[in-house]
Amino acid sequence: MRSPLFMMGRCFPETYLMNYRTRQFWLGALETLPLILAAFPFGIVFGALANSNGLTFAITAGMSSMVFAGASQFIAITLLANGTALPVIVLTVFIINLRQMLYSANLMHHVAHWPRFVRAVLAFWLTDETFATVSDRINRHPEEPGLRWFYLGSALFMYSFWLFSTILGYTLGSQIPGLSDWGLDVAMIVALVGIVTPALKLRADWACAAVAFISSLLTFDWPQQSGLLFSSILAICVGMLLSRSGKTNE
Amino acid sequence: MNEWLLIFFMAAVTYLPRYLPFALAGKIRLPQTLERALDYVPIAVLTAIIAQASMIRQGELDFSLTNYHALAALAAFLVAIIWRNLLLTIVVGLVCFTALRLLV
Repeated sequence: MRSPLFMMGRCFPETYLMNYRTRQFWLGALETLPLILAAFPFGIVFGALANSNGLTFAITAGMSSMVFAGASQFIAITLLANGTALPVIVLTVFIINLRQMLYSANLMHHVAHWPRFVRAVLAFWLTDETFATVSDRINRHPEEPGLRWFYLGSALFMYSFWLFSTILGYTLGSQIPGLSDWGLDVAMIVALVGIVTPALKLRADWACAAVAFISSLLTFDWPQQSGLLFSSILAICVGMLLSRSGKTNE
Repeated sequence: MNEWLLIFFMAAVTYLPRYLPFALAGKIRLPQTLERALDYVPIAVLTAIIAQASMIRQGELDFSLTNYHALAALAAFLVAIIWRNLLLTIVVGLVCFTALRLLV
């Protein structure tokens, strides 16, 4: 399997002439692309749902551009349609986003030397997709410089595609009834499977994944996705305990 | 108007968890135990998301063979174990899902 960068150089010879940062930027975008395409139907469904729930175009586009968090946006418009009070919606969204805090904490070590401004801006674009791609790069090339350009490429692409897909969904929503029942979410599921599976190497990794899988199914009816958070933390603990007992001296 | 207020608060509670650890990076040193725990974040969180998204249909656990989401995820998982290729995994998963929907 040739690397995307190699293929890009093959197809567009001028990319060899790009400077290092530009190349990292495009590489970040390119490596996020499969996940972006998988998230695209989600944006369409969100836009369509927002439309059928009676939100205006400005509110829909405003939410996608300022909040930029798929799961939170879905929950928010669902709760909004049910007439839920504003503080409850905000609290729910906050709890869902604790997941992103784990992502951010995971990357802490790698962003410590970035200027404050760069960190403040790039943090806004921290999504499942960009985190998955960035942490995959850190896994494969821990010492390679230019991470922030790679991150920026991934983030900007994800952002523009998300905006585009929600707007498209809003527009299509009025024309294609029942768009949200098409099972478009399967793209996201298989994309995540493709990201997680290669990361399973040690026994502790497999145990962590197994616990996360089973526990999240046992706790799926806990309120406000708290089961998701609980299962993640439980699985993290199991992974850690096993990795410790697996090593002889540390 | 109320909806813009909602967006404002949502933006705040979405941005803060994303930024806080970034802001503290370099200032505080996490305990080594916590740092090692964070290594397991991607596997733990993403697997939990996959499990719920694939096994829960219409608000209930669905282990039946008509849960095409789960079957597609299983096919994707097998492909990912063997070839470790993201694009191939997505394509096979989607083809499998579409085939089940159209043919079965």
